[in-house]
Amino acid sequence: MEPENNSRRDFLLAGLVAAGLATGCNPKKDPFEAGANGVQASGKKVKLLSVDGDVIEVDEAFLKPVPHLPDVSNAEARIGIPGKKFVMVIDLSRCKNLKKCQSACNFAHDLNPGHNWIKVNPMKGAEHTAPYWEPTTCMHCDEPPCVKVCPVDATFKRQDGIVLIDSDRCIGCRFCMAACPYSTRVFNWGEPDLPAAVANQPYSAETSIPQKKGTVGKCDFCADMTRMGMLPHCVSACPNGTFFYGDLNEDSVTNGADTFRFSDLIKDKAGYRLMEDLGTKPSVYYLPPAGRNFPFESGLENDKTQNS
Amino acid sequence: MENSIKGEQIIQDLLPRKFKTSGRIWVGILVAICLVGVYAYYRQLRYGLVVTNMRDYVSWGIYISNFVFFVAISLVGSLITAVFRLAGVKWGAPLTRIAEMIAVGAIIFASVIIIVDMGSPERFYNLFLYGRIQSPIIWDVIVITTYFFISLLLLYYPLLPDIKILLRFKEKSGPGLHKFYSFLGSFWKGSHKQYLLSKKAINALCVAIIPVAFTIHTVTSWLFATTYRPGWDSTNFGAYFIAGAFLVGAGSVVVAMYIFRTWYHLEKYITPDHFDKMGRVLVLLCLLYLYFNVNEFLTPFFKMKESEAGYLNDLFSGSFALTFWFAILTGIILPIIILLFKSGRKPLPMFIVGIMVVVGAWFKRYLIVTPTLLHPFMPMHDVPQMYKHYFPSWEEWAISMASLAGTMLIITILCRIFPIIPIQETLDEHHETVK
Repeated sequence: MEPENNSRRDFLLAGLVAAGLATGCNPKKDPFEAGANGVQASGKKVKLLSVDGDVIEVDEAFLKPVPHLPDVSNAEARIGIPGKKFVMVIDLSRCKNLKKCQSACNFAHDLNPGHNWIKVNPMKGAEHTAPYWEPTTCMHCDEPPCVKVCPVDATFKRQDGIVLIDSDRCIGCRFCMAACPYSTRVFNWGEPDLPAAVANQPYSAETSIPQKKGTVGKCDFCADMTRMGMLPHCVSACPNGTFFYGDLNEDSVTNGADTFRFSDLIKDKAGYRLMEDLGTKPSVYYLPPAGRNFPFESGLENDKTQNS
Repeated sequence: MENSIKGEQIIQDLLPRKFKTSGRIWVGILVAICLVGVYAYYRQLRYGLVVTNMRDYVSWGIYISNFVFFVAISLVGSLITAVFRLAGVKWGAPLTRIAEMIAVGAIIFASVIIIVDMGSPERFYNLFLYGRIQSPIIWDVIVITTYFFISLLLLYYPLLPDIKILLRFKEKSGPGLHKFYSFLGSFWKGSHKQYLLSKKAINALCVAIIPVAFTIHTVTSWLFATTYRPGWDSTNFGAYFIAGAFLVGAGSVVVAMYIFRTWYHLEKYITPDHFDKMGRVLVLLCLLYLYFNVNEFLTPFFKMKESEAGYLNDLFSGSFALTFWFAILTGIILPIIILLFKSGRKPLPMFIVGIMVVVGAWFKRYLIVTPTLLHPFMPMHDVPQMYKHYFPSWEEWAISMASLAGTMLIITILCRIFPIIPIQETLDEHHETVK
């Protein structure tokens, strides 16, 4: 792994210390010894906090940025976080098609234009029913049709409910795309246009970065953020608090500002899931667009950039 | 005495011949089309599937249509060789080799085109490393491989007595081919024991290939029918595909029969009677396929479920209507009408009907794949405009045409090397009639 100096993820101080300690623990090679790895001590010391909580001093010359290695191995990423069952609730009455969820998602996953994992669709049930904006993510189904058809186990269902993709294994047959009734999957038809620092990272199924030519991508419920106990990017990006995220086992969901008991929220607002009749058992619930915060028309202007 | 002279005449008539100028031009054209396809595939490997016009909605295009088409055609090997043989249909004997050659050529290019369709073909080995038996793709990999080997053996075993004859004509075949023939069949002495063994083997293969043939095309139909999509979510799909497959396969055999008959002057061996009988088979298959089409479309049309209405309207009267009705008329209805008349089952009309059936069938495969994908459950939204339509790019056309040319090239090469009509069987039949 070639260290790169310009990735925005690479300069976490924690990463620096971790690297220093990790190499420091190797008894055969002491990186802090003068001349180790061909680096001469500069004499300038930097104070750092070790993982044990001690303040240590390290010569500046021995600090080197390390690439952001995936925190979890592929095997761990396939298992998921024990004891959790993640769910999302999307409150349709709060959405005015700002598409902030989409842009935050695209930015966080380094997606190319046109590769929206989140889509915000103008929906209308029937001729005389009211229109509304419906953001769609991957439904992270409990009976995922995509996982059923994958010939190489490249897309998999974890014990915490999240469906992820191993882009290092995907053969690009696109059977999962045909199988997904929610049309949630996006294919990398060409080489994704990524900065070298991102493209050269080892792939992590939890961050879904970097996307690779000839493989499938989709919403990953921000499994990396979830592991850190943080909210997915779409949830925190929505200024209207449309998205709620949480753990079914804890029976609570939050949009960052408000936290609800999941079962109460679904009961009180008559939550439902998309295409229940197919038996896919999605992990994404919708609250009907009743008592709407915004008129449907307020989202029309924003819709034109991608759909005209 | 007279008998053996006649026998020599039969052998001379049926020995494979060197290509004349027209044959060389034909091979040249096929190779040229293949080379253009190879260049297009090089571009696809380099830049990715972005060179195709497939996008997130139409994620399967003419590659998959072509795959279904090839698998369909390959089924004819099992029909003419196995079904006819087991049913004791004697007149089909001269057509078996043609059918097996088509089957082998088509199944090879079915495998090629499915690899072409892969986004990351360099990871093909993952199918063996991580293959999961629950995926219909793995079922397809297993049965297509099985079918390929059975077809190859069904081509090879009946060839052995012919190879013994071919080995007698060293000056005619040339040293290279002679070596190849001895490699393939010098162990064949034609003893009674060998004959019995071969007969047993062929019978066993004939029995084995029928379920395998049904499986390859049923599984191919399940690549679609195991999804939820309108137009694919059908319990009729397996039978519908099998019926269509036997039809297009029989159509392609008729086309090949006519071409070989005219080109190699085999009028004595492929007679108008063969065409008449194949015409009857073809009309039966057309009617069967029509029946399954009615099943496939009439009941959804009657109900017009909301999720399927867009797709059905698009086929019947929308943007695919021209192709749809062309495929139904040319591929099924008109052949039925023509073949019901005795004069319609003469060689030339049969040749034309055969072409109609094959062309109609190709478009039918296109209509099975694309229109469904353009009618997903969720609206096509927040995607680039070009995602909402599909017309294959030149690379897709070039590769698809190259796969068709490649199949014909394999058939052409096989008929250059091996007798198109089984010589030994014809001789045996001749001796029997003389007796």
